[in-house]
Amino acid sequence: MKSPFVTDAMLCSSRRTFLAGAGALTAWAVMPKYAFAGQRRDPRFLTVILRGALDGLAVVPPVGDPDYPALRRDLAIGTSGFGSTVTLNDFFGLNEAMPGLYGLYKKGEALVVHAAATGYRDRSHFDGQDVLETGMTGPKMSETGWMNRLASVMPRGDGVRPISGLAATPTVPLILRGDAPTLTWTPLDFKPAPSDTLNRLLDLYTHADPKMAEVLMAGVSTEMLAGDGTDPMKRAGGLAASFKQLAAGSAKLLLQEDGPRIAALSYDGWDTHTNEGAETGRLQGLLAALDGAFSALADGLQPVWKDTAIVVLTEFGRTAATNGNDGTDHGTATTAFLFGGAIKGGRVVADWPGLKPSQLYQDRDLAPTTDVRAILKGVLRDHLGVGEPTLTTKVFPDSIGVKPLDGLIA
Amino acid sequence: MVAEDGCLAFSRFGLGPRPGDLNRLGSDPASALLDEIADPTSLFIDQPDLPDSVDAYTELRRFQRARQLAKLQSTASENAAAPKPMDALLPKAVIAANGKVTVPGVPSPEDLMNAEIEARLDRVLNVPVGFGERLVAFWTNHFAVQAAANEIVRGLAGAFEREAIRPFVLGMFGDMALAVIQHPAMLTSLNNDVSVGPNSPQGRKTGKGLNENLGREFMELHTVGVDAGYTQTDVTSFAKVLTGWTYGRGENEPENYGRFVFHKFAHEPGLQTVMGKLYPQPGVDQGLAVVADLVTNPATAKHLAAQFATYFVADVPPAALVTRLADVFRKTKGDLRALTTALVKSPEAWSTPASKLRTPQEFLWASARALQFRPEASFINRALGDLGEPLWNPPSPQGFKDDAATWLAPNAMTTRVDVAELVASRAKGLDDPRDLATDLFGAGLSSDTRTAIDRAESRNQAIALLLMSPEFQRR
Repeated sequence: MKSPFVTDAMLCSSRRTFLAGAGALTAWAVMPKYAFAGQRRDPRFLTVILRGALDGLAVVPPVGDPDYPALRRDLAIGTSGFGSTVTLNDFFGLNEAMPGLYGLYKKGEALVVHAAATGYRDRSHFDGQDVLETGMTGPKMSETGWMNRLASVMPRGDGVRPISGLAATPTVPLILRGDAPTLTWTPLDFKPAPSDTLNRLLDLYTHADPKMAEVLMAGVSTEMLAGDGTDPMKRAGGLAASFKQLAAGSAKLLLQEDGPRIAALSYDGWDTHTNEGAETGRLQGLLAALDGAFSALADGLQPVWKDTAIVVLTEFGRTAATNGNDGTDHGTATTAFLFGGAIKGGRVVADWPGLKPSQLYQDRDLAPTTDVRAILKGVLRDHLGVGEPTLTTKVFPDSIGVKPLDGLIA
Repeated sequence: MVAEDGCLAFSRFGLGPRPGDLNRLGSDPASALLDEIADPTSLFIDQPDLPDSVDAYTELRRFQRARQLAKLQSTASENAAAPKPMDALLPKAVIAANGKVTVPGVPSPEDLMNAEIEARLDRVLNVPVGFGERLVAFWTNHFAVQAAANEIVRGLAGAFEREAIRPFVLGMFGDMALAVIQHPAMLTSLNNDVSVGPNSPQGRKTGKGLNENLGREFMELHTVGVDAGYTQTDVTSFAKVLTGWTYGRGENEPENYGRFVFHKFAHEPGLQTVMGKLYPQPGVDQGLAVVADLVTNPATAKHLAAQFATYFVADVPPAALVTRLADVFRKTKGDLRALTTALVKSPEAWSTPASKLRTPQEFLWASARALQFRPEASFINRALGDLGEPLWNPPSPQGFKDDAATWLAPNAMTTRVDVAELVASRAKGLDDPRDLATDLFGAGLSSDTRTAIDRAESRNQAIALLLMSPEFQRR
């Protein structure tokens, strides 16, 4: 089949070329201008959502907790026999896959909050992400996201137009949905996810439609043979480049004179039920890619770095103990990261709940001791100047009992 | 109603449910299908912004001429084109650095095709079940034109479907077949426009001769089928019968541009014998007589009944069903509404397990409907190209295959997963994927798929899993 308007590349394309070209279809939303003339500070605020539930204990392991090694067994990085952590303080280590974040931490520009969780206490990804993004007390309570509501209440300085948010996704995610203007952007060859969708489909087909399982398996194997996925380094390289590109592009947009001032980025792939690979493997690759994205944000936002605060969140944590597949299942509390020139970093903020069986939430998860909304309220109040009453009623409704965390901003 | 019947109405016979559709279907899916097509004009696409073949062909000629003039000029060729009457009103073509040619105010073949795609998308997203559109897809593919053949086919493919297929999907097969074989898109796609009777005045003067392409495919693919017992001599005779069947395209007949014409001066004179019957008629009547016999030949009934049942029901359809459909076709002399009704009312159409796979087009349309997602024409072209079923551009005159072996193939499946993920990331839907799955499939949702969706790590992944689930893919 040959045709002048169907190019060879299209006909013979691998999955890669299709994905590569498809990003080109993403268009800019109309971008309202915002004048900052005369305003002393012009702060930037970013949220990075890690979808799939980040295993906080594998990123910032409590190496000083005597119960940690036994609980984590083969995932107990930072304990004897596992070398892959650097020291944050005498109790917490940091996964060695994140040298960029470690550098920021050393400079006092990165901070870890441990044992943090939203108000959501069940274990559904959708509902967990819903709560994280709406900022409500439970799932399905709002059609608008807290960052969008934030945009509408942020002090405008001398600006006359509304603050616009940036969604570094093809469509507007829940966190930015609402009346305030939002523009979307993704890199031209953005690969949506380092997703394990293929594995999940293989599992589904194996149960529900063996023929489809057989054929899909053959397809996956062929791609690997064709060099599209065998080489783990190559794959990690692609992942890292894709993560970084999203961060670098977003930074550029946030630097624009009249561009957006707040942004939400999402990275998928953190749902590590099997072969988690915290030291070498999947999670390590994801963390390295994420670290590259952090560095790209730091580099790209350098001119405004001192007025930049970035919060990295996930919907919930994972089980304190490993499961039977060298992975972890859905849990509760986890880590949140804050970094940026505006952050008073170099610290781990944690009211550590302990890892003894009696100290675990429902006998299985790291217990939550810090509400994610407390972190956000602290940052929004001290970095963006949003008043507490507004935060408690508009941005995070019904959060009167959740006090802002003090001293997060330098 | 059996729980699965509602789902089958949408998967086997329709374009997939939109949110709420399964509930709206009612308790009698077969009647719902027939209700949807009760009014045959509901299948027409009659939009003022879509040019008919005459206008589209005229525009194509202007586009080609403007491009030719611009190219001659840009190469400073000394062979300046001889002026033509149409040049006077022709805008100047612009040749971009990448070679892309645009003519202000004149659509390119791709512009024409994209406008047709947009109109199909409107239809796809708005029909209640999509049975009518699936019938259109079947017959369009049965009488496949190949956009790859040339720019004229590309520019006319949509008009071909609107003019030669849609008006007859619930009418007589013979009327459709005649409209097809006299349509410029088919005449040029299968080269009958250049077929000349060797003993015709034009043949004697120019030495040009027969092109058997359309004659052969009309017998082999469109009507009686390859096993009907005809010979090469029959094909050659029918090709001679069809000489002179062309469309207005010469400089000397602009009034006929884009219309079927019979060129007596290219027609092979004399009697012809096709499949044992003598056709003594002169001129165009000879061809009309052969076509009328071919479309009602019992072999055509058998051939079409098998194709129809294979497309809708199973790669190896129940023999009783095929026999029944062939009988209906034969007794009604090719009444397609009778054929369609017989299919829907056949118990086998509902009891045969869903062993086929949605074709790429069916998959993309079903995804768009499920997510209420309207992709751009460029996205559709790209996705369907990568998936292997570009609109109006099958790899051969046989059309696209619809069997599971073709589409349930390793590379095709991994590409499908990529498209599913891409669609999931681009569709704006606010629905919870769990609610959406229940809404779309009701009791037909398997516990395996429900579990996979429940456990997905993100909304996008859940949507991708839903689109790739066996109940979404199989039909």
